[in-house]
Amino acid sequence: MMKKWLLATGLLAIFALSNAQAETVFVTLEKDNAIAVVDPIAGKLLKTIHVGQRPRGIALSVDNKLLYIATSDDNTIRIIDTTTLKEVGQLPSDKDPETFSLSPDGKQLYVSNEDDNLVTVIDVAAKKSVKQIKVGVEPEGIAVSPDNQWVASASETTNMVHWINTKTLEIVDNTLVDPRPRAVAFTADSQQLWVTSEIAGSLTILDVKTKKILKTVKLEVQGVTAEKIQPVGIAIDKNRRFGYVAMGTANRVAVINAQTFAVEKYLLVGQRVWNLAFSPDQKRLYTTNGISNDISIIDVENQKVTKSIGVGRYPWGVVAKP
Amino acid sequence: MKKIVTLALYSLFAMQLGFPHCVLAKSKAVTHPQKKAVSKKTEQIQTVKIAYFTQEQQAPAALSNLDPFIPNKGVEGANLAISDNNTTGQFIKQQYSLTKIIVGLKGDISQEFMKQVPTDTPFVLVNLPAAQVNKLADLPQAQQKLIFDVASIDDGLRNEQCRANVLHLLPSRAMRADALAQWMMKKRWTKWFLVVGTTPEDKLYAAAIKRAAKKFAIKIVAEKNWTHTFDARRTEQSDIPVFTQNIDYDVLVVADEQGAFGEYFDYRTWIPRPVIGTQGLIATAWHKTHEQWGAIQIQNRFFEQAGRAMDEPDYGAYLAVRAIGEAAVRTHSNQMQTVKNFLLSDQFTLQGYKGNPLSFRRWDGQLRQPILLAAPRSLVAVAPIEGFLHPKTELDTLGFDEPESTCRKK
Repeated sequence: MMKKWLLATGLLAIFALSNAQAETVFVTLEKDNAIAVVDPIAGKLLKTIHVGQRPRGIALSVDNKLLYIATSDDNTIRIIDTTTLKEVGQLPSDKDPETFSLSPDGKQLYVSNEDDNLVTVIDVAAKKSVKQIKVGVEPEGIAVSPDNQWVASASETTNMVHWINTKTLEIVDNTLVDPRPRAVAFTADSQQLWVTSEIAGSLTILDVKTKKILKTVKLEVQGVTAEKIQPVGIAIDKNRRFGYVAMGTANRVAVINAQTFAVEKYLLVGQRVWNLAFSPDQKRLYTTNGISNDISIIDVENQKVTKSIGVGRYPWGVVAKP
Repeated sequence: MKKIVTLALYSLFAMQLGFPHCVLAKSKAVTHPQKKAVSKKTEQIQTVKIAYFTQEQQAPAALSNLDPFIPNKGVEGANLAISDNNTTGQFIKQQYSLTKIIVGLKGDISQEFMKQVPTDTPFVLVNLPAAQVNKLADLPQAQQKLIFDVASIDDGLRNEQCRANVLHLLPSRAMRADALAQWMMKKRWTKWFLVVGTTPEDKLYAAAIKRAAKKFAIKIVAEKNWTHTFDARRTEQSDIPVFTQNIDYDVLVVADEQGAFGEYFDYRTWIPRPVIGTQGLIATAWHKTHEQWGAIQIQNRFFEQAGRAMDEPDYGAYLAVRAIGEAAVRTHSNQMQTVKNFLLSDQFTLQGYKGNPLSFRRWDGQLRQPILLAAPRSLVAVAPIEGFLHPKTELDTLGFDEPESTCRKK
């Protein structure tokens, strides 16, 4: 009897423990018109859910209950319940949404409309588009600062970061950066904006206060030609110790000291690494590898790639839900 | 009534693009006058002046009616790039203007260049056959200008006949032939049967193919001139099987730039072999099947503007205007020498929707770029092909590299 009870509590404890660690990773699959649901601890693809044409950008709501997914070829952002995995609504993103960013309070969503040179501002609760802001040619990377003051929008062909004031929803400044800027990311303290430039193979760090360039970091890997180094996704840890940059066809993630901006390491991951996301506890970093059709898991503390999990065709965006 | 509606629609369209005054007219310069001193604000705006110079071409004899003759190849690419540049320009107080000059069929291009290209316009896109490019480049009026050759593929213009005031946007024949050869090396299809057409351009294409074969140790096992008819009914049934008989080869390479007979080879050869060259698998700067690296974006934007797919001269003109824009934005200048210096510097990189950044070869003014290898309805590969190495940039495995160039710019 006692033994049985012990076993039961033991099992319960193990269950509780694994549950505490458990998290779910969602990956958009551009070519499968689906999202992959992954248990990263077990290293398993749990299921694949059809969502719509060409899903790319993905984000979690503030309370983690909803997923927002840009289905580019359907010209809409779909809202998926993270428990039932069923679609519960849509947001009017206008044409060809690819990347978007949610305000820290979850009230606004800002979408890049690449074909129309616009940023669409959506009121999430009302599911209505409230404004369209004219930006440069082919807007792509977009981010809202954690202090909710700024929206940074990068246009790929104009080679600029446009600074949009979140109160007035107008562009107040523009910063010229290296050719073909792709992704933008604010540091947690909202003091810096990091920008990757795909064809220059560089990372530019901007000072949010002055909107000027603090530093340009050229990414170089021995034995890899400069043209293969095409940086895209960025992830910076909360304490601004390290920033990580996905390097596209160089198949590596650059580990950058976020204080000195020195590149400390290049981690070899899957082919054409595209976007990055931290686990909720920031102990792991997930990468989407577009050509090898998998995600890699990086152990952040040891800066080592520990696992790769096949997910489906053209994994693009990734988020991790606790 | 219908006419008025069309005209109104056109004006609306033109206005959207930011060209309120651009109406194509024969032998007439069409400029957008920048009204001076409208307000203090406009005075600070820097205008970058670009001209587009071309001549009407006789529609060539068509092999079939499948592809309509497109008279305005090139200019639509320049229009799109001007609109892109102006979108960027609005944020930094720059404005880009395009003066279009279209010389009539019988017009004298040198005369018209002197008469119509404004002296204050330092950048001139030229869309003309190869033989006419230097006629313009050598004019005294062209010495303080930078000429962008957006259409020629001639190797001579990039070698012994090169000019210091000319940049070439499209890949030369040598670059194309090298691109094909790299892919053939990868496939190990290294025994070529070369079929050459009758025009001087066909001979130049064949020369590039032979140069590439030598460079990559490919064997040309047979070479024949096509002297037969250009009539489909007769050709495909009897001539081609006989013409290709008794030769042991891996691929048939056809040199027929006009498209007079090359399409007839596929499926009609004596033994089953693929066709490459000017037909079959082609090497090109741009192709409608290309959608990687953001290319789908520009394909869509172009189609929306022009109502047709983008062709090579359109791409050449687009890149030329974008290159000027990129240099003018980075240098904050609209001056020829400043822009030119930047274009030829290491800092210059241009996004060309082909993955690798594009830049100019300093030794011959050629734009270095990846080359698409395309079948009619699918993109087969993009050269340089993986494994062909180069100490500086793999893009320079295509065409004339610095040591082999015979360009001594004057």
